[in-house]
Amino acid sequence: MNILGKLDWNAIPVNELPAMLAGGVMVGGFIALVLLITFLKKWTWLWTEWITTVDHKKIGVMYIIVAIVMLLRGFGDALLMRTQQAISVGANQGFLPPHHYDQIFTAHGVIMIFFMAMPFVVGLMNIVVPLQIGARDVAFPFLNSLSFWLFVVGVVLVMLCLVVGEFGQTGWLAYPPLSEKQYSPGVGVDYYIWALQISGIGTLLSGINFFVTILKMRCPGMTLFKMPVFVWTALCANILIIIAFPVLTVTLGMLALDRYLDFHFFTNDFGGNPMMYINMIWIWGHPEVYILVLPAFGIFSEIFSTYSHKRLFGYTTMVWATFAITILAFVVWLHHFFTMGAGANVNAFFGIATMIISIPTGVKMFNWLFTMYRGKIVFSAPMHWSIGFLITFAIGGMTGVLLAVPGADFLLHNSLFLIAHFHNVIIGGVFFGYTAGMVYWFPKAFGFKLNEKIGIAAFWCWIVGFYIAFMPLYVLGFMGATRRLSHYDYSTGWHPYFVVALVGAVIIFIGINLQLLQVVWSIFTRKKNLDLTGDPWNGRTLEWDTASPPPFYNFAHVPHVNSLEPHWDNKQYLLKYPEKKNEHRPYEDIHMPRYTGVGFVIALFAFTFSFGMIWDIWWLAIASAVVMFGGVVYRSFDYDIDYYVTKEEVEKIETEISNRNLA
Amino acid sequence: MNKKLAVLLSFGLLLLLGGCNLPIVIDSKGTIGEQEVRLVRDALLLMLIVVVPVIIMTVVFAWKYRASNKRAHYAPNFHHSNVIEAAVWFIPIIIILVLATITWRTTHELDPYKPLEVSNANPPITIEAVALDWKWLFIYPEQNIATVNLVEFPVNTPVNFKITADAPMNAFQIPQLGGQIYAMAGMQTKLHLISESTGDYFGRAVNFSGAGFSGMQFTARVATQEEFDKWVASVKALPDTLNNDEYKKLVEPSENNPVKTYGNIVPHIFQNIIAKFMMPGMDNLDEDHSNMEMK
Repeated sequence: MNILGKLDWNAIPVNELPAMLAGGVMVGGFIALVLLITFLKKWTWLWTEWITTVDHKKIGVMYIIVAIVMLLRGFGDALLMRTQQAISVGANQGFLPPHHYDQIFTAHGVIMIFFMAMPFVVGLMNIVVPLQIGARDVAFPFLNSLSFWLFVVGVVLVMLCLVVGEFGQTGWLAYPPLSEKQYSPGVGVDYYIWALQISGIGTLLSGINFFVTILKMRCPGMTLFKMPVFVWTALCANILIIIAFPVLTVTLGMLALDRYLDFHFFTNDFGGNPMMYINMIWIWGHPEVYILVLPAFGIFSEIFSTYSHKRLFGYTTMVWATFAITILAFVVWLHHFFTMGAGANVNAFFGIATMIISIPTGVKMFNWLFTMYRGKIVFSAPMHWSIGFLITFAIGGMTGVLLAVPGADFLLHNSLFLIAHFHNVIIGGVFFGYTAGMVYWFPKAFGFKLNEKIGIAAFWCWIVGFYIAFMPLYVLGFMGATRRLSHYDYSTGWHPYFVVALVGAVIIFIGINLQLLQVVWSIFTRKKNLDLTGDPWNGRTLEWDTASPPPFYNFAHVPHVNSLEPHWDNKQYLLKYPEKKNEHRPYEDIHMPRYTGVGFVIALFAFTFSFGMIWDIWWLAIASAVVMFGGVVYRSFDYDIDYYVTKEEVEKIETEISNRNLA
Repeated sequence: MNKKLAVLLSFGLLLLLGGCNLPIVIDSKGTIGEQEVRLVRDALLLMLIVVVPVIIMTVVFAWKYRASNKRAHYAPNFHHSNVIEAAVWFIPIIIILVLATITWRTTHELDPYKPLEVSNANPPITIEAVALDWKWLFIYPEQNIATVNLVEFPVNTPVNFKITADAPMNAFQIPQLGGQIYAMAGMQTKLHLISESTGDYFGRAVNFSGAGFSGMQFTARVATQEEFDKWVASVKALPDTLNNDEYKKLVEPSENNPVKTYGNIVPHIFQNIIAKFMMPGMDNLDEDHSNMEMK
């Protein structure tokens, strides 16, 4: 038996130029990063301040950094696909053979959903939720660190497959029987399975963590109906995670049993049923869409209200609409495969259930509109993204409801119309929301604002690029263009549309570069953009009540709230009674969790475990599993997990903050 | 033509980018396709009743209530109105009620499993389609012939497609004739289509099935009854028989296959392709397992 399992030098795709280039950039970047950290002597700092951290704000920042890195990778894949489809017509086969092209569209989908959108939203929830509910940290800080590092394992696996082995060539949901050993004998699907399993467990743990945090850690006075809408949407998203992600784990687990132990859950033969997988994956997959978009709705609610300088219109309606979407999210999964051949009653049920979701969603749209109504709107960068969202999402929602009508779906299913639809809602809804949220809360996390002008320029590139890239895809759907084609004939008449779509993608690419420039530029000019007040936007909710960036314990005094907009009301109160401004309650000792590297170590061995499983290196997998289990046991018997920050220290830190802000 | 123009108009951007040739999905040649296109148009128009005002209101509100507009009314505490909230629930509810009614009716009318009832049409013809890696096999049980990547049938004749796969799951569609249905190994799905004019139509696999997927397309040739009969006779004159040995060769993965025809087939070969997944040792298609046919 080979000690390295299936792994040998052939695993490195030296003959595939695109993979080698991408891999080279990645490895080069990694080496440069290691050298830079060594040169700056920052390894100790990195370990003590970041890798071992359990501070929700730092974990949130790390999630978003990884999300942005993966956005670049996923968008690189998108550019490659657009270029291939723009040139691969008639006699020209393009520059990507199917073996490579199929990996790229699979990776694009997997990365954008699991390793861009998910960490982005979990990162935003990490930074914002505890601050908005007046908590010092999440309910289970260690679990939070473990979740993050498990998620990073998934990222590392997806990046590693560029240089060692290959990725799946099955589409982002790995439908069997194509993803079974019979049709995908390579390690690509195994990389897919383990990247999603490990990071999926991280997401599930996050879901439990935030569910408990929101229910149990709210500050005194904050009843459920005094929670900011973002917290409500985060709560609902985490309920969805808790219910949906175990289904994903089981589904991928069954696929793994098929591939590793020759089970026949989803094979063509021996009584396997691929449609079972497709049902199960969408029982997870459809709620996943709402896991992504509900928090984005929450972000928009905060932004419309803040920049219109007005209370959110219809708060209660908003909450119930969110709940309605949460529940309905579980009864619509079949609309992803009306063409399976289910009867008319089944299809009609799921079609109508789907369009019912558009009712609470429509109500939300109107509520945002009426939040702007009679407001005083400041056209900041987040407000640009939000208005762009309203218009774009209205169109995306409409094409979505159209696809929910089975008779129409029969025509357009799996066509580029479908691709245009879900990019319409995911870019226009999810991504615009997260970006708006990042710009909005950036000063809270870092203490300085992002450059507005570059941010607005980035928005215009994104929205113009989006329409130029995806409107042709709607047309192509009506022209019979199917998704996932790497080549087509001139006679189809598709070519000009694919060229236009490529132009749109390039404009979006400029937008992404402007966003990067926005961050870098703002870092270098931060002295001019400092947020000394902790409340740069004249905000309304609790996170603006503490310094930017907040001290690690968030609030020197646990806030007491008695209204929906405590920070806003507090400001009004101080306007009336300015003499109350300088009143200070005495400081108290603060109970905080200790940093720990256990989460990182467990994740490290989760990585070696996955690598062993992918390459059949059984000794490595078994040894790693033992160490992981040992790490959990060790942590369970570690009682030295918390400490008190004394009131003297708190006073010192608070004085430093106020001196800094006065200077 | 009016109807088709209306669809184009309702997708204004489509017209903007549309050029001169009509997108083939909208340019239907059969009643199923026409009904589905009409459904797309009706649903879009219905939803535009909400979508257009939302877009207009977004632009108008954002502009009118800009901070620099000192004449605009500012009401910082306006956050609730029974009238508005009732309206924003009821308007979408009414539209969805209408759309749901249409959906219920059309989903049953356009059920792909439902045999077509078209007046003045010829008696239906049955064609069996098998998705292979990466080509389509068409079997004519009534004519006793088979073809690869070409399916020919007479005009004004309901076609009863029976569909399966002997490869990863796929989907079968001739966009100008109407909607699609999945092709799955060990299972049979059905699709009922009709063409009202002769011509060559584009058909293809629409569910990704691996490396050769892009080239997995076929021609749907709609001919007059006489032409069709002549074509069948010419195919029958060919010596090739689709039997177990030939099928084993055909089922091997291959890409961009040219059209191929078989003048004869072994009996019940389609049912046997489905049945071979039922249990081991049933993969000899020359032996008849058609009594296991799935209903």
